[in-house]
Amino acid sequence: MTMAYSRLMRDQMAARVARDIPEGAYVNLGIGLPTLVANHLPRDLEVFLHSENGLLGMGPAPAAGEEDYDLINAGKQPVTLLPGGAYFHHADSFAMMRGGHLDLCVLGAFQVSLHGDLANWHTGAPDAIPAVGGAMDLAIGAKKTFVMMEHLTKSGESKIVESCSYPLTGIACVSRIYTDLAVIDVTPAGLKVIEMVEGLEFEELQRLTRVPLLA
Amino acid sequence: MIVKLFPDAEAALAAVKDGATVMIGGFGGAGQPAELIAALIAHGARGLTVVNNNAGNGDTALAALLKTGRVRKIICSFPRQVDSQVFDGLYRAGRIELELVPQGNLAERIRAAGAGIGGFFTPTGYGTELAKGKETREIDGRMYVFETPLHADVALIKAEAGDRWGNLVYRKTARNFGPIMAMAAKTTIASVHDVLPLGALDPESIVTPGIFVQRVVKVPRSATGPAGFRQAA
Repeated sequence: MTMAYSRLMRDQMAARVARDIPEGAYVNLGIGLPTLVANHLPRDLEVFLHSENGLLGMGPAPAAGEEDYDLINAGKQPVTLLPGGAYFHHADSFAMMRGGHLDLCVLGAFQVSLHGDLANWHTGAPDAIPAVGGAMDLAIGAKKTFVMMEHLTKSGESKIVESCSYPLTGIACVSRIYTDLAVIDVTPAGLKVIEMVEGLEFEELQRLTRVPLLA
Repeated sequence: MIVKLFPDAEAALAAVKDGATVMIGGFGGAGQPAELIAALIAHGARGLTVVNNNAGNGDTALAALLKTGRVRKIICSFPRQVDSQVFDGLYRAGRIELELVPQGNLAERIRAAGAGIGGFFTPTGYGTELAKGKETREIDGRMYVFETPLHADVALIKAEAGDRWGNLVYRKTARNFGPIMAMAAKTTIASVHDVLPLGALDPESIVTPGIFVQRVVKVPRSATGPAGFRQAA
């Protein structure tokens, strides 16, 4: 008999990640779920958001009618620039990433392995047209790479796996995993559970995850 | 007196040859030199290799160029988007070759070409299928993949303003690939909205010095439109 628990909604996951972003951090939020994190950063907290197409100091979406499509984010959506923000070309932008200048990047994922390998760019399906963008640069470049994803696939399989079956984005690059059930650190000793949603027991999380977790 | 200004895009592109490698600036619609691409289509060069971050949006500009069937190969990082139907159709029909490159490797390969670097070791992509068959090396305990420079015959880029010596400044995130593509091509053709007298661009603020630019074309200012994402209903 397990206790009742409920999964975090997408916005709750984003709020949880936002709590771990300190003032002064240079951060890249990946396309999709991670983009939501920006909505949960306290307004008075100075965090430098980087977008790989060439800006630092990214602000929120513009008001309706104020869109300028020369000022977009990596998802090609219109954004704004905060006072103090800067524009730069692609080689500089990716030097910021690859060169270890970003403190943190937050990425979505299809799968993360026991050892922190990441798969998030390609399903490998034979009819899928591949597109990688900056995923591989982000995965290996920042001082820390956080992953945000649902714990289970739609069919109930763990997205935390022994080894990734999807094509890899990077090897041993993930430092922490935020799911709708738990926060898990990738450590040399293994996957260490930092916290779980209220009401979830470790045994149940372990049963769902299949690969060994450390309490 | 040196004047790199050309009367129109057609004149600036007249020397493009069949089989040329053409870098085209832009990230989605931002920085995409639509007037120069239109002139390349009108010019009729075929068997082209195109280098761009994407593979066209909707059915205009780069997508329209692909639709002519004159692009043999595209080198890019992110071809598949919600509005990349022209590329998708060509790719599925086997009518275009795709070289998929991680975005930062694409940028650095372009920069390396412009900077006279014969190649570089990068951690990006190590252990993935995009590094398959490439030389690897361990440097100070970390694994790297060898990537080669990416040169072009022609670069078509969009800037905001320039002068008759080819000095350029850009607008917001439309800068993206412009400065590095300008360095990597034998002939760089830049469209600008304003042509200023020599000395009017602040020398402290010039982003691309004229040495990297061979031709400048003034085009009318028009607002960049949305591209490459699903707009909320």
